[in-house]
Amino acid sequence: MGDLLLNKKVVRNTDTKLDPELSQHSQNSATPEQHDWRQQTWYILSQNPISMFSIVLFLIFILVGITGPFWVPFDPIASDTSIALQAPSFLHLFGTDHLGRDVFSRVVVATRLDLWIALSAVSISALVGTSLGCLAGYFGGWYDRIIGRIADTILAFPLFVLAMGIVAVLGNSLTNVIYATALINIPFFIRVARAEVTIQRNHQYVQAALLSGNTHLRTLVFHIFPNCLPALMVQMSLNMGWAILNAAGLSFIGLGVRPPVAEWGIMVAEGANYIISGEWWLVLFPGLILMLAVFCFNLLGDALRDLVDPQKRT
Amino acid sequence: MAKPFLQIKNLAVDFATRRGVVHAVDDININLNKGEVIAIVGESGSGKSVTAYSILNLLGNNGKIAKGSITFDGMNLENPSASLLKDIRGREIAMIFQNPMSTLNPIRKVGDQLSDMLRQHAQATNQTAPRKVIELLHKVEIQDTRRVTNAYPFELSGGMCQRVMIALALACNSRLLIADEPTTGLDVTTQKSIMDLIMGLVKHRNLAVILITHDLGMAYQYCDKFVVMEKGQVVEACDDHSLFTSPQHSYTKKLLAATPGISSKVEHLTPTVPVELSKPAVEIEKKELLKVEGLVKTYILKSQGGFKSQGNTFNAVDGVNFTIYQGECVGLVGESGCGKSTTSRLIARLEQPSEGRILFLGEDIGQVSDRDFIRSPRRKDIQMVFQDPTGSLNPRHSAFQLISEPILRLQKDFNKANLKDQVYQLAEKVGLPLELIYRLPHQLSGGQKARVGIARAIALNPKLLILDEPTSALDVSVQAIVLQLLEHLRREHNLSYLFVSHDLNVVRMLSQRILVMQSGKIVESGETAEVMSKPKHLFTKTLLAAIPQLAS
Repeated sequence: MGDLLLNKKVVRNTDTKLDPELSQHSQNSATPEQHDWRQQTWYILSQNPISMFSIVLFLIFILVGITGPFWVPFDPIASDTSIALQAPSFLHLFGTDHLGRDVFSRVVVATRLDLWIALSAVSISALVGTSLGCLAGYFGGWYDRIIGRIADTILAFPLFVLAMGIVAVLGNSLTNVIYATALINIPFFIRVARAEVTIQRNHQYVQAALLSGNTHLRTLVFHIFPNCLPALMVQMSLNMGWAILNAAGLSFIGLGVRPPVAEWGIMVAEGANYIISGEWWLVLFPGLILMLAVFCFNLLGDALRDLVDPQKRT
Repeated sequence: MAKPFLQIKNLAVDFATRRGVVHAVDDININLNKGEVIAIVGESGSGKSVTAYSILNLLGNNGKIAKGSITFDGMNLENPSASLLKDIRGREIAMIFQNPMSTLNPIRKVGDQLSDMLRQHAQATNQTAPRKVIELLHKVEIQDTRRVTNAYPFELSGGMCQRVMIALALACNSRLLIADEPTTGLDVTTQKSIMDLIMGLVKHRNLAVILITHDLGMAYQYCDKFVVMEKGQVVEACDDHSLFTSPQHSYTKKLLAATPGISSKVEHLTPTVPVELSKPAVEIEKKELLKVEGLVKTYILKSQGGFKSQGNTFNAVDGVNFTIYQGECVGLVGESGCGKSTTSRLIARLEQPSEGRILFLGEDIGQVSDRDFIRSPRRKDIQMVFQDPTGSLNPRHSAFQLISEPILRLQKDFNKANLKDQVYQLAEKVGLPLELIYRLPHQLSGGQKARVGIARAIALNPKLLILDEPTSALDVSVQAIVLQLLEHLRREHNLSYLFVSHDLNVVRMLSQRILVMQSGKIVESGETAEVMSKPKHLFTKTLLAAIPQLAS
């Protein structure tokens, strides 16, 4: 997602530099941050070390998710009961589990699955929720009433129980976990988008856009929506954290991802039985990484908001 | 010679920002005695507010008084202790701000806020507070005390809120009042009553007042001493009205010239007159461009608490008739809430009229719904310049994108290769430097933003341009330039304007005819010179009398 954003910036900045002579001009008069999106990003991030930290952490997670399966020292699924329940050592960094599988390899391999669930679930809910929220906020009236009640209805359920119910009814599969996670996150996007659009639509630039010949829908999509992005970015990254927790929670109680697939939630669930007998590493390491991922997403929100806010481009 | 009541000596204020130290003001000297009113005049960014705020040490965490001294009645205020500040703020020195609606706490009743102030400074006890609050409100000439004490700030008008702010400022018999643009954003008639109230207090209580303003007319009318500031420096200080008759500094001269007075002409607002303006104005042929007949806009007021909106309606525009001829500028003047903005939005076809006809070149465009009007060929003929140059520009779009937007959307024979030339030409036409054209709005100054807004509006050669208070958010010197630009464009392209404003002095300079609007109706209309010199309607007379005038 971060990459996507940066790409968008490249496009923006290249098309505003059609004229070499002109960009020369502005180079003389403007501050250096303006010219290069890379410098711009760097400038914003260097202003805030926490943002920098969260972006670096996020990139590490993505990298591990993509490359993890190729370099892990052991097969994450192959069991070997002769080495079951070994404490962390140099050979098995995070120790081994009750079937003799390497916990480190499993944690690394699980990254891809967990990130995939979170990203796809949040993408779906952001797409659906933001569209509905924008319509409700801009057109008001019946749109607002109906969409508002839909959001209220979803929120009326305890969300985790609702997700459990959906997965139980639709069938125990990864796709359904994603759908369930997406559904329970939709109301949050509806609310944020609706609130932002109701603020933005009162700005005069909206009237100016209508006068310039934009239809209402076009004004909403190309003029108002981009100005709601900063707030939506924060919501998206927070929801990523929730989505990961939710997916892990579902597999913890036995829904969704099934053993022997490596997933942080399952690993915590399986390891929980062994805490009493002193094999703490089964729970601790997947739990820690899960926590770190959620923590990273919560911090990421601020960084992304700063990156999409034009006012920060000094 | 006795020491003055308030003495500011060699004051310099620095702000630490991430780009290094900013010297906001430097070497400021001000002397003020009891019962005197001093005006600090300057344009935005001149440091006039910072100077006043430093008296109460309201400089924020990053600001500090770098050197100089502030003496108030024998007390040193340049480095005050927290307890001294607590005693002085509100009790000795009070302040009123620019936007009274947002300065009052929105979730507390006005009466409670007043009695808080009284109790805080031990001026009243729980028992005596209600009575004292009513006394205070009487002092600021509020009659309806019962309603006002029980009202929340949003239930009161702007003028009423400012009166409450003054009551708050006076609650503890303060001896110095700092008024930071106290009437900006209020109607001229309200401005007059607020200023008269403050002047009455000066007389009766020997109050000293620092009036921060950008309006030279107001300074002239109400103040005894004047300080003109530019870029953090005092460029001219004067203890009598000779500032206005024989200004010494070039900046003061420039400001004086740019301030519209009763007889000033648009050509004379800036020292360098654009060539076209020196030519005599063209005669307007009486060819009807726009004719509005019986225009009505009715809003349904929502009843409180009910599910259905029922019953109560309110006519924001109530049967308006007027005509605009080709090449003519018609001024539409009135106070806030009189329906002038609604009228302009109806004509711009952003809203649907409830009744009446809008004939544009003989064609009734009121019949087309606002949704379909976007596709109408008439869309590009009626464009608008908005009041707020910042709010009317999409913050994510560069000046280039903003100007090209109407061309991309509405121009039929649009050609991608020509787009850049077209936009550059427009930028040149409105005097926007080409090197700024890829900047985002927040990287432009107020005047540059106004130019972008005008360039966008004239991009498609509209026949009618609606100017909705196009200069009210600008400094006078920028206003002068924008007004000249508008006049220049009208003469060169034979444009027609509907100039909507609350400021008669500004409207007068551009308009051939003036319409005066009050509560949805046009109460007076006629040739500009006639309306200005021989107003017939009482409301027009009140409006004219309320405008602070410079000596001619």
